[in-house]
Amino acid sequence: MPGSVSTLKKNFPARYESLVEIARFIHPCCQNACLDSNSCYHVESAVDEACSNIIEHAYAGEENGNIEISCQDNPADITITIVDHGKNFNPENILDPDTNASLEDRESHGLGLFFIRKLMDQVEFSRAADNSNILTLVKFKK
Amino acid sequence: MKIVSSQFKSCDLLKVEGRVDSNTAPQLGEALDKIIKEGRFKIVLDLEQVDFMSSAGLRVLIMTQKACKRYNRGEVVLTAVPQNIYSALELAGFTSLFRILSDTLLAVGNF
Repeated sequence: MPGSVSTLKKNFPARYESLVEIARFIHPCCQNACLDSNSCYHVESAVDEACSNIIEHAYAGEENGNIEISCQDNPADITITIVDHGKNFNPENILDPDTNASLEDRESHGLGLFFIRKLMDQVEFSRAADNSNILTLVKFKK
Repeated sequence: MKIVSSQFKSCDLLKVEGRVDSNTAPQLGEALDKIIKEGRFKIVLDLEQVDFMSSAGLRVLIMTQKACKRYNRGEVVLTAVPQNIYSALELAGFTSLFRILSDTLLAVGNF
């Protein structure tokens, strides 16, 4: 219904095998929010990068945590909230990669967070009182 | 993800299908490493059937390109790149580091 807000929420085990399931959860959310296919791909990419980082860094590949994802379809945007209970993460410590560097000097890491920042309209990292990490990603509807 | 590989006289062709994410990128890395370890450095990577590629996939591409271009012994050429994946390559600044061609057979023939 135009103007209404709907939220879908799901928990995923924090392992790389979950990434395809996460994409299957996010894709219809983007389609139902009437995002165009480019914007859908951007949201899917940002969520994939964020969850990959959580699995690799917050949970350090230990595979014993969860990632809780909620997808809120607002009138003017789609807001994805990703919660984990792993190690704290300070995005200010991560610099953007030099995308003009020569092949020899090109770093192979650091693109994930760069993609998240570039592909979404708003990105916010926060820490809840129970020590969980909360990442909020917003994509505006055009 | 599925990889179909063919070895030609002048180069190797890898056709990749499906998702290349943190879960599947290591599999792509292994397929490319195998070619390099066997002493072949001219590789055509056909991405037409790839429907998603994350930075984990891009990481594999850049590491393979570095290995292939060392000593001028070869290169990775990307072909039939879907628009969404081309945009990701562009955002990462990779379009200047790879030859990107539309026609896979032409790329194989021209190596």
